[in-house]
Amino acid sequence: MNAPARGSTLQRIAALALLISLCASVGFAVAYSTTESAQLQGLALGVALAGLAVAFSIWGTSLVAQEQVVDQREMASPDWERRTAAAELEAGTHQIGRRHLLSRLLGAALGVFGVAALFPIRSLGPNPNPQLFKTKWTPGARLVREDGKPVRAGELEVGSIVTIFPEGFVGDASSQALLLRLAPGTLHATPDRADWSPQGYVVFSKVCTHAGCPVGLYRQSTQELLCPCHQSTFNLAEQAKPISGPATRALPQLPIRIAENGYLRAQSDFHEPVGPGFWERGG
Amino acid sequence: MIAKLMLWLDDRLGTSSFTSRAFRKAFPDHWSFMLGEIALYSFASLLATGIFLGLLFDASDTHQIYHGPYAPLVGVSVSGAYASTMRISFETQAGLMIRQIHHWSALLFCAAIVTHMARIFFTGAFRKPREINWIIGLTLLLLALGAGFTGYSLPDDLLSGTGLRIAASIAMTIPFVGVWIESLFFGGPFPAPQITGRLFFTHVFLLPSLIVGLIAVHMAILWHQKHTQFRGPERTESNVVGSPLWPNYALKSLGLGFASFAVVVILGGFFQINPIWQYGPYDPSLVASPAQPDWYVGWLDGALRLGLPIAVHIFGHTIPAAFLPGIVFPLVAFTLLYLWPWIERWITKDDRAHNLLDMPRDVPWRTATGAAILAFFLVTTLAASDDVQARLIAIPVETLTRVYQGLGIALPILAWFAVFQLCRELQARAIQRAMKDPRIVEYVRSPEGGFDEQQPTSVT
Repeated sequence: MNAPARGSTLQRIAALALLISLCASVGFAVAYSTTESAQLQGLALGVALAGLAVAFSIWGTSLVAQEQVVDQREMASPDWERRTAAAELEAGTHQIGRRHLLSRLLGAALGVFGVAALFPIRSLGPNPNPQLFKTKWTPGARLVREDGKPVRAGELEVGSIVTIFPEGFVGDASSQALLLRLAPGTLHATPDRADWSPQGYVVFSKVCTHAGCPVGLYRQSTQELLCPCHQSTFNLAEQAKPISGPATRALPQLPIRIAENGYLRAQSDFHEPVGPGFWERGG
Repeated sequence: MIAKLMLWLDDRLGTSSFTSRAFRKAFPDHWSFMLGEIALYSFASLLATGIFLGLLFDASDTHQIYHGPYAPLVGVSVSGAYASTMRISFETQAGLMIRQIHHWSALLFCAAIVTHMARIFFTGAFRKPREINWIIGLTLLLLALGAGFTGYSLPDDLLSGTGLRIAASIAMTIPFVGVWIESLFFGGPFPAPQITGRLFFTHVFLLPSLIVGLIAVHMAILWHQKHTQFRGPERTESNVVGSPLWPNYALKSLGLGFASFAVVVILGGFFQINPIWQYGPYDPSLVASPAQPDWYVGWLDGALRLGLPIAVHIFGHTIPAAFLPGIVFPLVAFTLLYLWPWIERWITKDDRAHNLLDMPRDVPWRTATGAAILAFFLVTTLAASDDVQARLIAIPVETLTRVYQGLGIALPILAWFAVFQLCRELQARAIQRAMKDPRIVEYVRSPEGGFDEQQPTSVT
C-alpha cells in the first residue's frame, strides 16, 4: 500500500473511532439516565475514551508530518557565572558572619524557636501508656457475649468457643477475649495458674500478640488458635503459647472463677498487657 | 482563535519567548518513556473521580443503623463512613462505577510509578545530573503508597479496619517512641475515635497536595534538564533527538492518556473491587479471612508473615518481632534506594553527567542488583497471600511460609547471578550482530605500512 492510500485508510479509521466515541458518549448519557448498571455505564464511557485514544494515536503517529527535532543541551552555567554567584554569596555571608555575637544569637534563636514550634504536636493524642497496661476487666466482672448476655457454666459444650467481653464493655477492642471449654486434662496449667480455669473453662485475650488482629480461627482437632492476618498459631494446651508464625508471646490468660448461679466472673484484669509488643512493655 | 489567545497572553505575560521554543521541544520516542506518563494520567483519573467521591463521602465515626437497599446488612450498626460508602455504591447513580474507577486507578498509579522507577534504575537515568528527580520520584512513590493506604482505609470496613489495626501495631514496635507515634497519629490507642476524620484529611488534602506539588517540581526539572535518550544515530551526550512537542508528541501523549482512562473506566465498570458489603463494617473483635491488602502493600504484609518469631529484650524493654520486617526492612530498602545514585558513584568512581541511557545488558552488575532487589520484593509480595495459596495447593500454610522464607534468601542470589550471566550473553550477541553490519569494515595494517580492508572477524 502506498503512502497516500495508507494515509487515507488511517484517516478513515480515525474518523470511525471518533464517530464511535461520539455515539458512546451519548450512550453513556443514556445509560446514566436510564440504568443503574455499572457495566453499561463503564462500557459506554470506556468506549468513548478508547475511541478518542485511537484517534489521537493515529493522528499523532501518522496524520501529521513525522519529523525529528534536535535540541542542544547545556546543563551547568558558564564558569564566570558560577564564580560570580559564589563571590556574591561569600560577600553577603561575610557581612552576616563577621557580627559574631549577633549571628550566633540568631542561630540560637532560630533553633530554639524550631524546637518550641514542635510542642503542639503533643496535642494530637493522649499519653497512651496508662491505657496500654490495662483493659476493662475488673475483679468480679461478669463474662458477657457479644449480645451482652452473661455466660454461665454449663451453657457451653466441651470444645466450644465464644467471644466475650467484660459486662458493660461489649465491643471493647483491648478487652475482647475468647472463652473456651476444654476437655478435662487438655490444658496443662502451670502451678501459678492452677485456679484460673475452673472446670475446663479458660479465657485468653483475643488480641494477637504479633500485630493485634483478632485471633479469629479455631482448629478444634489440634486445639489451636490461628490468627488469619499473619498465621500466628497458638497452642491451647500450652496456655496459648505460640507454636508457629511470627508471634513470640502467648495470648495473655484471664483468671476467672465460677460465681453464684454459675455465672463466670473475672478474678482480676489480665496480669500483663494484651496485644502487640512495645518498648515500654518490659521483658 | 488559539493564535489570538497566544497574542493576548504574550501582551500580558511575554509567553511567546517560551512557547516558541516549547512547541519544538524534542521528546524521544521510546515505549518505556510512557510509564511515567501513565502514572501522571492515572493520577489525573484519581483526582477527577476523587473529587466526586470526596463530595459524597461522610468521614464520620458516629454509628448509625443501616437501612439501605443491601438486604443482608439492614439493621446492622455501621459508621457514617461505611454507610456513605454503601450509599455511593448502591444508591448513587454512577457511584459504584466511579468508586471502582478510583480504586483501579490507584492500583494502576502505583504500578506505573514502580515500573517507571524500574526503567529509570535499569537504564541508569538516575545518574548525574538527575539525582534530584530520582529522590523526588521515590518520595512520590512513598506518598502514593500513603495515599493508597489511607484511601483503602476510609470506608471503615472489616478488611481495611484490620489493616489499620496492623499499621497501628507496627508503629508501636518502634523503640522509645512507638506508642507515642501511634497515639499522636491515631489520636489514642487503637481503635481511637476520630480516626476516619484524620484519614480523610490526610487522604484528600495532605497527601494529594504534596503529590501535586512534587509532580510539578518533577516535571519542571524534567523539562529543564531535557529527556535522556538511548544511544543512536546523531544522538550525543549534549543533544536530545525526538518528536516535536507540537503537534506530534502532544497528540501521541493524549492518545496514551485516553487509553489509560479507557482501561481504568472499563476495569471500574466491569471488575468488582473492594466490595465492602461482603466484608461488613469494622468490628475490632472480628476479622476477615483470608485477609489481603491491595497489591502495593503486599510487600509489607508478606514481610510480616515471613518475619521470624524473635523479640529482643534489653534492659527491661522490648523490641517486638514485627519491628524488623515492619519498620527496619522498609526503612533499609528505601534508604538504599534513596542513596542509590551515590552508592553507584562510589562503586564506579564515575562523576560525569550522563544524558545517554545504558541498555540494561551493558551494565550487568547494576541490572543484576536491581533484579535481586525486585526478586526480594516479589517474594514478600507473594507471601502476603500465602494462606490462600496454601489452601489452593493443599499444603499446610506453615510449610509454604518456610518455602518463602527460603526463597527470600535464595531467589535474590539466584536472580543476581542469572541476570548477570544473561546480560553478558546479550552483550555478546549484540556485538555479534553489530559485526555483521555491512557498513562495518576492518582495516588491517600490513608489514609494509599499508592498510587493507577486510570483513570483520567474529568476536566472541
